[in-house]
Amino acid sequence: MLSSYQESIAIFLGVNVLMAFSVYVPTSAGLISLGQAGFMAIGAYASAYLTSRFTAFDVPFGLALFLGGAAAGIVGVLVAAPAVRIRGIYLIIATLGFGEIVRVLFVNFEPLGGASGLSGIQPLTTLSWVVAICLFFFVFLWRLRSTPLGRAFVAIHEDETAAEAMGINLFRTKLMAFGGGAFIAGIAGGLYAHFALFIDPSQFGFSKSAEAFLFVILGGSVNPLGPVAGAIVVTLLPEFLRFLQDWRMSFFAVLLIACAVWRPGGLISYRRAAHP
Amino acid sequence: MTALLELRSVTQRFGGFTALDDVSCSIEAGSISSLIGPNGAGKTTLFNVISGLVMPSAGSLGFNGTDYTGRRPDEIVRLGIARNFQQVRLFPALSVIENVMVGAHLRLPRTGLLDFMGGPFNADRVDRLARSIATEMLDLVEFKSAGDTHPQQLTLVDQRRIEIARALASDPRLLLLDEPAAGMNPSESNQLGAIIRKIRDLGRTVLLVEHNMRLVMAISDHVSVLSAGKVIATGTPSSVQADPAVIAAYLGNV
Amino acid sequence: MVLLQQIINGVMLGSTYALVAIGYSLIFGVLRLLHFAHGEVFMVGAFIALCSVWFLNAGPVLAVVCAAVGCAVLGVVIEFVAFRPVRRRSGGMLAPIVSSLGVGLLLQEVATNIFGADQTRFPPQFEATVYHFGSLFVTSTQLFILATSFGLMLLVHLFISKTKYGLAMRAVAENVDVAGLLGINSNAVVVLTFAVASALGGIAGVLVGFAFSAISPFMGISMTIKGLVVMLIGGLGNVYGAMIGGLVLGIAEVLTVGYLASSYRDAFSFALLILVLLVRPQGLFAGGLRAGH
Ligand SMILES: Nc1ncnc2c1ncn2[C@@H]1O[C@H](COP(=O)(O)OP(=O)(O)OP(=O)(O)O)[C@@H](O)[C@H]1O
Ligand SMILES: [Mg+2]
Repeated sequence: MLSSYQESIAIFLGVNVLMAFSVYVPTSAGLISLGQAGFMAIGAYASAYLTSRFTAFDVPFGLALFLGGAAAGIVGVLVAAPAVRIRGIYLIIATLGFGEIVRVLFVNFEPLGGASGLSGIQPLTTLSWVVAICLFFFVFLWRLRSTPLGRAFVAIHEDETAAEAMGINLFRTKLMAFGGGAFIAGIAGGLYAHFALFIDPSQFGFSKSAEAFLFVILGGSVNPLGPVAGAIVVTLLPEFLRFLQDWRMSFFAVLLIACAVWRPGGLISYRRAAHP
Repeated sequence: MTALLELRSVTQRFGGFTALDDVSCSIEAGSISSLIGPNGAGKTTLFNVISGLVMPSAGSLGFNGTDYTGRRPDEIVRLGIARNFQQVRLFPALSVIENVMVGAHLRLPRTGLLDFMGGPFNADRVDRLARSIATEMLDLVEFKSAGDTHPQQLTLVDQRRIEIARALASDPRLLLLDEPAAGMNPSESNQLGAIIRKIRDLGRTVLLVEHNMRLVMAISDHVSVLSAGKVIATGTPSSVQADPAVIAAYLGNV
Repeated sequence: MVLLQQIINGVMLGSTYALVAIGYSLIFGVLRLLHFAHGEVFMVGAFIALCSVWFLNAGPVLAVVCAAVGCAVLGVVIEFVAFRPVRRRSGGMLAPIVSSLGVGLLLQEVATNIFGADQTRFPPQFEATVYHFGSLFVTSTQLFILATSFGLMLLVHLFISKTKYGLAMRAVAENVDVAGLLGINSNAVVVLTFAVASALGGIAGVLVGFAFSAISPFMGISMTIKGLVVMLIGGLGNVYGAMIGGLVLGIAEVLTVGYLASSYRDAFSFALLILVLLVRPQGLFAGGLRAGH
């Protein structure tokens, strides 16, 4: 059996894997998001509210998680509707701004604790929940690649004009990619909240979004193995680097730079054949 | 015979430059029509207008009796107009067969929200359908290599074949082909001519842009000539070939 | 009058945003890349100034000069370590984001390990003189900040519109290949761009240190985000847009704090960002690295 320390690392890893998936889905359709922590926050607050503050009904954990994900997904679609017309650098900055807006809104929203956060959340997240949900999404995303929607994502990623000229509705497909990613981030947030037992807006700041983005860029976005690899490396590396003490992040930073230089496509990437 | 595609006074300006100047023409259903003209005449631009990639500055587009000016490219594919690209635009991350399967996209069960949820667990059936359409289209264009190779590993001629198959996979009534024979040797272009005839015999209408005159003259029912954004001649291959204005346009260029 | 007083405070805050955003715009204009460690350069500038005050007994002017020189060197190092190798392998638009995020983490941890994670006091640099203009008052610190930042903006303007180096920068921004044909060494221009941008960012850090008398290793992150937002509001790569965008944001923030609540301060910049993206995605002042029209 795992020690409780190992178990909490494993849960943490699972949440990170889900965050990585939440970046992977829009990325696979060419939409880069640096604001996924905003969706995570929405899922975390919504589900925590349902399980610990919403006393009219006894909301089962699974339902609370789902509703948290759905809330994030709906916001994702609403945000994406204008955002998917934006491209490249603009989209990156816009999503970054979105994440910060969500954070600021929670800081100012007193019914959910405002800046001082929401405490007393029930400890409902178990390793089995986390493993089951991660496995579900892994299989789902793995198979998604051989569905029309999954191929449409790739087509848009590769060449928007050609995709459109093949009958793919860019707007709707991008909306689904963005909403789907937001949904997964919401679920991750729900699991996180019921594991941390205390949430406040500062936990969902830019560094969280940047971290999730790095999982995917480090791991690669060709298939769901990339985000898993990225999340594992980034989450567990600090554990193996304890001997570096205060310089752990510096080691990680150097690793990031090295990856950007030598494996810009991520650890798991295409073998691009040379042009004939 | 009725007009399947009808362009009325289409004008396309890019800044101060007029790429298409008051172009009107109609394409008969079930025909093979060709559009020829010197480099820079505006042929590709006309394809971009017809397939909705650019919105004409003026004029209107009719397909099968309805005005479709201003529709999005994906809606236009749904109407039944598919195309290839002069500069091949396959999706490098997808295998050959997957590229063609993308073309079959709109013939499959809709990719709605429910499909997002149920799709991956219902994938095999949809996948089999898409795969069989794709295989059929690859056979039709006489693509001989393995379907799971990636397009970049193939010759340009093969890539053009795949693009035609991808366009056909959407089951279009009108197929727009932009210089499909570019880079082909005479035997390959003969083979392409036969394929285009076969496509027409399956009930589709073909509009061909091509510099290979031998191919154009051999398979076209009608030929239109575009020069500097204007249609300067229309008719049967032989009448166009004899038209002094056409000869002048080409001599000025070649 | 209170309003006018607030606006003066806003201009002061905004001028530091403007300096950071100008750096972003210069780098984006020339390279078309985002520099996610630029906020950390700003933070390092503040700490270099602090060290110069501690160890060299520097006055405000010397502190600014030390920060500018130190950050210019740092910026050039960042270009060589994190941008040039990535560019050479053409890792697209994302790889430089990853490497610059890495640089940001590194600088943050170095600063934390040296100065501690808490806020460090920045000793006051000026006599607490207050100048009265009718019912308005301006402290000597504020005057120094305003004079420095507007002086620098004027210098930036003269630099890019009048000097041959500025011209070379604009040429590379327009088209790297053509610039190469004209005999401009584009790598040298990029190095120069990083030096100038980072010096401006570092100076902004010092000015913020003067203004708030406290600095921290974590003050870079929010500046990275705000600098990006200001650049986008002003129009990607537009230096003048960055100046105006920075001032607008500073004034708006101060007014939000004054008339709404301080916790809404950051909301404003992002609301403005979203508005600009929706209404005028090319930014308020579209266009590349241009001299005034
Ligand atoms: N998006 C655009 N913006 C500006 N000018 C354009 C654009 N697209 C095409 N043009 C111009 O329109 C003219 C016609 O181009 P087009 O590609 O349609 O010619 P074409 O007849 O297909 O030539 P070719 O036989 O060489 O393929 C050219 O001068 C081209 O530069
Ligand atoms: Mg053409």
